[in-house]
Amino acid sequence: MSDAPAILVRDLRKAYGDVEAVRGVDFEVARGEVFGLLGPNGAGKTTTVEILEGYRARTSGIVSVLGLDPGHRPPGLRARVGIVLQSSGMYRHITVREAVAHWARLYPRPRDVAEVIALAGLQGIEDQRIRTLSGGQARRVDFALALVGDPELIFLDEPTTGFDPAARRAAWEVIRQLADLGKTVLLTTHYLDEAQALADRVAIIKDGRILAEGAPSELGAGSASRYRVAWRDESDEPQERETDDPTALLHQLTSAALARGEQLRDLSVSRPSLEDVYLELTAEERADV
Amino acid sequence: MSESATLAWHQYRLERKMFWRNPTAAFFNFVLPLLFLFLFGAIFSGQQDDLDVLVPGIAGLSIMATTFSSLAMNITFLREEGVLKRVRGTPLPTGSYLTAVGANAVTNAFLQVAIVIVAGKLFFNIGWPKDWLELAIFTLAGVACLASLGVAYSHVIPNFDAAAAYQNIVFLPTIFISSVFFDVERMPAFLRDIAQALPLVHIIEGLRGALVTGEGAGDNLSALAVIGLWTAFGVFFAIRGFRWESRRA
Repeated sequence: MSDAPAILVRDLRKAYGDVEAVRGVDFEVARGEVFGLLGPNGAGKTTTVEILEGYRARTSGIVSVLGLDPGHRPPGLRARVGIVLQSSGMYRHITVREAVAHWARLYPRPRDVAEVIALAGLQGIEDQRIRTLSGGQARRVDFALALVGDPELIFLDEPTTGFDPAARRAAWEVIRQLADLGKTVLLTTHYLDEAQALADRVAIIKDGRILAEGAPSELGAGSASRYRVAWRDESDEPQERETDDPTALLHQLTSAALARGEQLRDLSVSRPSLEDVYLELTAEERADV
Repeated sequence: MSESATLAWHQYRLERKMFWRNPTAAFFNFVLPLLFLFLFGAIFSGQQDDLDVLVPGIAGLSIMATTFSSLAMNITFLREEGVLKRVRGTPLPTGSYLTAVGANAVTNAFLQVAIVIVAGKLFFNIGWPKDWLELAIFTLAGVACLASLGVAYSHVIPNFDAAAAYQNIVFLPTIFISSVFFDVERMPAFLRDIAQALPLVHIIEGLRGALVTGEGAGDNLSALAVIGLWTAFGVFFAIRGFRWESRRA
């Protein structure tokens, strides 16, 4: 049972009328893994996640969440899953603490309310009414409500969209804590740095298809990708070389510079980031159209 | 208590708490019908025939305001805000949720009818109800009918900005032709026919029997039949058309 993946998706398809939003998506998420679905707006991320959450019926394909089919909306599944939707409202006239406490009562084995309030960073505002909260604070309430049932699996659909940098860092901290607690997390985002910072594995999705999948470091250092060596020459012009063998190139460059009695200013060696791969992949796709 | 009954109870308690926290809802549910009662009570002062129509009429209006109007508005608001979608992601069963929301409206309806009865006794010389069983039957039937129609009607309302207009276009004409403020017999025949096809006039007819004339529920069987038909219609469409999210997407 616990060997089975937390999420399994095989050839998932979803059509809205003539429009195919998801066109044959496959992936697996292991238990305890943080998996990122990365893609531009309209790529099919939310449709995929909402099928897994049980909000939408799929057109075809196989889907399993904690060993159950979310399409049948099995009652036991909802107690084991926490959901942060891309956007959703909340009762406006109750306080943060009342909201979290009420949600706790809906689950069979909830976490301690005060503990969840602390985990989500809601201390100090727990007696404020929901309607008085800022956007960032309301998002933290979303986290708290998704966590209070002590779920095994948490869906986060663009959890930090619209956040300022400080609020994003705070949200990332919460997500890292979830991972430390051994929770499985499925995260969608269109921020590359977010996927890179949080996910154990990332699938890049565009136009309803997965274009690449792997650990963020592997995706960046895939077979096609090379090392990039950059520096500034004596007339302060930026120079750049790509190579499969940075050791030899660096040796050449540095010994030549030493022989001339010069310095290689701002010398750096970098591997392509996930961002480079992402832009390359989506650009190729665009060129196909 | 079974699991789903316990969850319904928790949700009901939250709904009650939220009702009293929301001043505008409390105002419309409790103050507006009383305002109408005292306004028209002053106009009809001393004319007992008119007051005998007005008090059960306001009781019927109260049932409609606390169930039909408030459910149509609230469900639309919760749906468009995304609260319903969030609730759907929790283990709270649909049946428990709707039971709690309905029970909240029913509680308001009973409170309001009780207030109107007391006001009728104290200020409008109506006396205490003549037939308590009939009062219970018609209040319950009215609540079930108008609550289910309110939920069903929320499915038609496209967004919350339109909700007040959608609600008023049904609520206001219905109360004017349904014997709330004056006897239907004073209206032209075509309006009377429209009123007779709608449930509110029959609910008020039963309430008048219970509060004023003392003619029993047995004399109002045809009224109960009309209410029953509307209830069946309301329940069917309340469940069938239920939407958990806005149609934005």
